[in-house]
Amino acid sequence: MSSVILAVSEKMGQWLETTPAWMQSAPESIQNIGYQFYQTWVLNDNWKYFTNGLKVTALATIGALIIGVILGVLVAVIRSAHDSSRKKPSVLLRILNTISKLYITIIRGTPMIVQLLIMSYVILVPRGQDELLRCAILTFGINSGAYVAEIIRSGIQSVDVGQMEAGRSLGFNYGQTMRYIIIPQAIKNILPALGNELITLVKETSVATVVGLNDLTKGAQIIVSKHYTTMVSYISLAAIYLVIVLVLTKLLGMFERRLKNSDR
Amino acid sequence: MTDNIIEVKGLQKHYNGGKIKALNGITTSIKKGEVVVVIGPSGSGKSTFLRCLNLLEEPTGGQVIFEGVDITDTKVDINVHRQKMGMVFQHFNLFPHMTILKNMIIAPMKLQKKSEEEATKLAMDLLARVGLEDRANAYPAQLSGGQKQRIAIVRALCMQPEVMLFDEPTSALDPEMVGEVLEVMKQLAKENMTMVVVTHEMGFAKEVASRVLFLADGQLVEDAPPKELFGNPKSERLQSFLAKVL
Repeated sequence: MSSVILAVSEKMGQWLETTPAWMQSAPESIQNIGYQFYQTWVLNDNWKYFTNGLKVTALATIGALIIGVILGVLVAVIRSAHDSSRKKPSVLLRILNTISKLYITIIRGTPMIVQLLIMSYVILVPRGQDELLRCAILTFGINSGAYVAEIIRSGIQSVDVGQMEAGRSLGFNYGQTMRYIIIPQAIKNILPALGNELITLVKETSVATVVGLNDLTKGAQIIVSKHYTTMVSYISLAAIYLVIVLVLTKLLGMFERRLKNSDR
Repeated sequence: MTDNIIEVKGLQKHYNGGKIKALNGITTSIKKGEVVVVIGPSGSGKSTFLRCLNLLEEPTGGQVIFEGVDITDTKVDINVHRQKMGMVFQHFNLFPHMTILKNMIIAPMKLQKKSEEEATKLAMDLLARVGLEDRANAYPAQLSGGQKQRIAIVRALCMQPEVMLFDEPTSALDPEMVGEVLEVMKQLAKENMTMVVVTHEMGFAKEVASRVLFLADGQLVEDAPPKELFGNPKSERLQSFLAKVL
């Protein structure tokens, strides 16, 4: 124990000699933070753990987002078509609707982390980082899809029934009316909720560290395991997530304003 | 018989398994070029009748024969026939996320596979006819009610339909805007468009209609040219209705 502390303080002494004079005369706690910062970001090019992790986090988020939106739209359209049809729905539609409901129930009813554990240790059993990333993307995508589906369904319901009637009266079939008329309006109504889901998704990908994915959070954990720099590493990690979320919030705000142009 | 564009035979629309009979056996026919105005007290089924003509409401009994095809047959692709039946709604139902021009050209482009130039040319011609060509790039929210309804009419016309259905087109309008919409409809009638109009505008019925249908309690009570129907109402039901509205 004491030998570790000795080794650290010796290294810190070496490091202090290379830093500006004010750092050497600063209180010990500041010196400590400074050294942790050096270890977290500069030493052995440790910053690469963050940038490489960031790449994986970004890939996982984007991949999951694409899968989630596709799944979400499909499930939402199936559920809406089933609920809005005035006649008795066809057998196929009823089967699809039952599957959709089951999917939403299971995904929303179990913790994300449990789904990830089952996916990576029971169903897919990925080997290596590439397979692990694909497994994580699929899991997050399937998970996100259930939430996106309910968001989109509420968006579809928020569009006036007259819009469907107008589309159908022009000769569009149900699918075309959805695609050209209902969904574009629904998306505009639900953009804040979808943005929320995207932000949640970015942060939730950190759960993949438990199955060994080298994402952003794992990067910070590796640095901590090497240098015990808990405070600076984890706060740096939090700051990185925060910056990502702030940028996304800004982008979504701009997108929302662009879509608003038809509302006068 | 061949000049009947729409034939309605024993049309029924029941709700709640027959407890509510919105339409109870309506039989009539509409000739090409006719302007048929449907009047009646609220709840008489006139809107339901109109919406059954293009199957926005699914009839529970009877037939609607459009251009010789029974469109209530479930094997018929209703979407193809709806392309030839323009519909105008009480609440306009313009697509708020599209410009006026896009509202008008989307159906011809996607359904009739017209090129954008071709569809745009037709749309601009129609817009010019209703005096709104300068609003082509506006969004529906930027228009007045009367302007919206005129756009809704020309949007339906962009599909070059054989018949136009109007579901209380002036009921949601401010009084001063009713005239401009009726004017467009009168012009259409002059051009020999086949029209079925559900309305409370008795003046329009008198002036433009070739026939007036009076519906009450889901039944067709009287069917006569406007002069006869307004001048010499036969049934008591129609007499009391006219006494209230005229």
